[in-house]
Amino acid sequence: MRIVVLVKPVPDPGEERLGDDGRVDRSVAAVINGNDEYVLEAALKLVEAGGGEVTLLSMAPAGITDPIRKALAMGATRAVLVCDPALAGSCSWSTTQVLAAALRTLEFDLVLAGADTSDSGGGVVAAGVATLLGLPYLSSARRIEPRDGGVRVERLSAGGYDVLDATLPAVVVGTQLLGEPRYPSLRGIMGARSKEIAIRSLADLGLGERPVGGAHATTALLAARPPAARGSGRVVRDLDPAAAAAAIIDFLVERRAL
Amino acid sequence: MTAASASGRLTDDQRAIRDAVRTLASERVAPRAAEIDRTAEFPEDLRLLLAEQGILGLPFPERHGGLGADLLTVCLAIEALSAACATTGLILAVQELGALPLLLAGSEEQLARFVPGLAAGRDLIAFALTEADAGSDAAAIRTRAVRDGDSYVISGTKRFISHGSVASLVTVFAVTDPEADRHRRISAFVVETASPGFSVSRLEHKMGIRGSPTAELAFDDVRVPAANLVGAQGDGFGLAMRTLDRSRPGIAAQAVGIAQGALDVAAGYAAQRRQFGKTIGEFQLVQGLLADMDARTEAARQLLYAACEEIERGAPDAARWSALCKLVAGDAAMAVTTDAVQVLGGYGYLDDFPVERMMRDAKITQLYEGTQQIQRLVIARALLARER
Repeated sequence: MRIVVLVKPVPDPGEERLGDDGRVDRSVAAVINGNDEYVLEAALKLVEAGGGEVTLLSMAPAGITDPIRKALAMGATRAVLVCDPALAGSCSWSTTQVLAAALRTLEFDLVLAGADTSDSGGGVVAAGVATLLGLPYLSSARRIEPRDGGVRVERLSAGGYDVLDATLPAVVVGTQLLGEPRYPSLRGIMGARSKEIAIRSLADLGLGERPVGGAHATTALLAARPPAARGSGRVVRDLDPAAAAAAIIDFLVERRAL
Repeated sequence: MTAASASGRLTDDQRAIRDAVRTLASERVAPRAAEIDRTAEFPEDLRLLLAEQGILGLPFPERHGGLGADLLTVCLAIEALSAACATTGLILAVQELGALPLLLAGSEEQLARFVPGLAAGRDLIAFALTEADAGSDAAAIRTRAVRDGDSYVISGTKRFISHGSVASLVTVFAVTDPEADRHRRISAFVVETASPGFSVSRLEHKMGIRGSPTAELAFDDVRVPAANLVGAQGDGFGLAMRTLDRSRPGIAAQAVGIAQGALDVAAGYAAQRRQFGKTIGEFQLVQGLLADMDARTEAARQLLYAACEEIERGAPDAARWSALCKLVAGDAAMAVTTDAVQVLGGYGYLDDFPVERMMRDAKITQLYEGTQQIQRLVIARALLARER
């Protein structure tokens, strides 16, 4: 199976900062989006079992290759990175068009994506890509397996899960139920240095004249601010249940919660 | 692997490997450290993890399944593991120590036979030089190896052998020529612990690195093929000394790791613990302690990295570099961990916090692979040799 995994370098969760323009500061040391690691692991298991290759596809600012190298170290064969100064400040719609255009230049059976990203939390790009490419879209996968030349996905539902079959190529969005991502082995880390990271610009994808990128964002950032600092809570450690209950009730009454 | 630049900066590969081992150490090793110390059980699960991740393959040549890492890279991995758990860092350090005689003097046939299992982490190897009456005075060992046809027959007892009870191979130093000069009497052999006559006669109960099994090994007419002689007969003592020159940085790395682990706990505690209406980190006496701890740890680290580069490039005074880094790092670890307990105050004395374990773990770095006193003799000898 030829699998493309959509990966996004994001700031280390917990280390996010806003830049002067109110946007996420992407110069902070980046890691692969957590949800993407889960689908990457699923992709690696699929090719280990049935043969094939995993290609990483990402849209990211130039110079952010460490997280891509780490994903290559986990076992992906190569990476394609779309970099262009015009892409700074892109909205989800631009990202969707760019990734769809990049996928049109690649041969694949399956596109795997994480549910959403820890920095933007949009969760719409994979669905948009499937729509633009006219491909089956299977979401919330807890299990993915090849089946009769197609793919079978167990999709989480309110009551349990549905079993869906689709022809290939298809787009599948995974969940963390797919299984813990592996640590890159040291051999993988050393081998990643020689794996290919192909860089593509908007012009390379035929999007040079199209309205994509920050200048054509369909959403505008009006304001951004960090959440208000929380005061420290109060810990009730009384071992006597009656005294502890009284302290808790006083606390709630003070705050008019009771 | 290319050498790090003279300014001490790490190459991309070295940084990536260090970071990967650090992640593994904090996510998978650190949560086990207290239990390993409490139960004094060898962490077989972590040995398997180190093997699976290729970490135990670092010191071994690529052509036999290893990763062909340089000394600095191996030390980076030992340091990162030891910051979480000194016992676990020692797994890699002893694997390197036990295999070094082979790597330094083994024949291609011996390497082909033994290294694949070692690099895969399937086989552990121990280093058996010390005896009850021969510690610092290593040349005084009495274990005998007598030639008999195609074999040697080994008899004697070794003491304080790390991993002696979990290793499948042991590099044993034995007297092959009692009449020869002091430093020509000894030869080195690789012994398979499954051999008849080999047994573990005792396991020590220790102050620290309690999860690392330290064994007394009994050799009762153990027959070893002559093909397992490492180097030439009579080369053993020199080979042991050359081994220690290369393995002492591994202990320095363990010590630097322990020190850093303790410093991190102490600094974190000082930023949280409140007394007299402030965090204790705001008091200058505590700041002084922390600053001195950081200075000593960083100085030991930089000396270790420089020593690794010098030894790797074949510096003629490799023995001096090796002894310097081990001397400084061992003393730093003892001082830093003691101060870490001090910063935590009464809580530092409890096993609820890791610093008392780190202090107990640190002590061994001043004792094994050559006591601090022996390191000083090695350094002084090198200095005075220059003056002749």
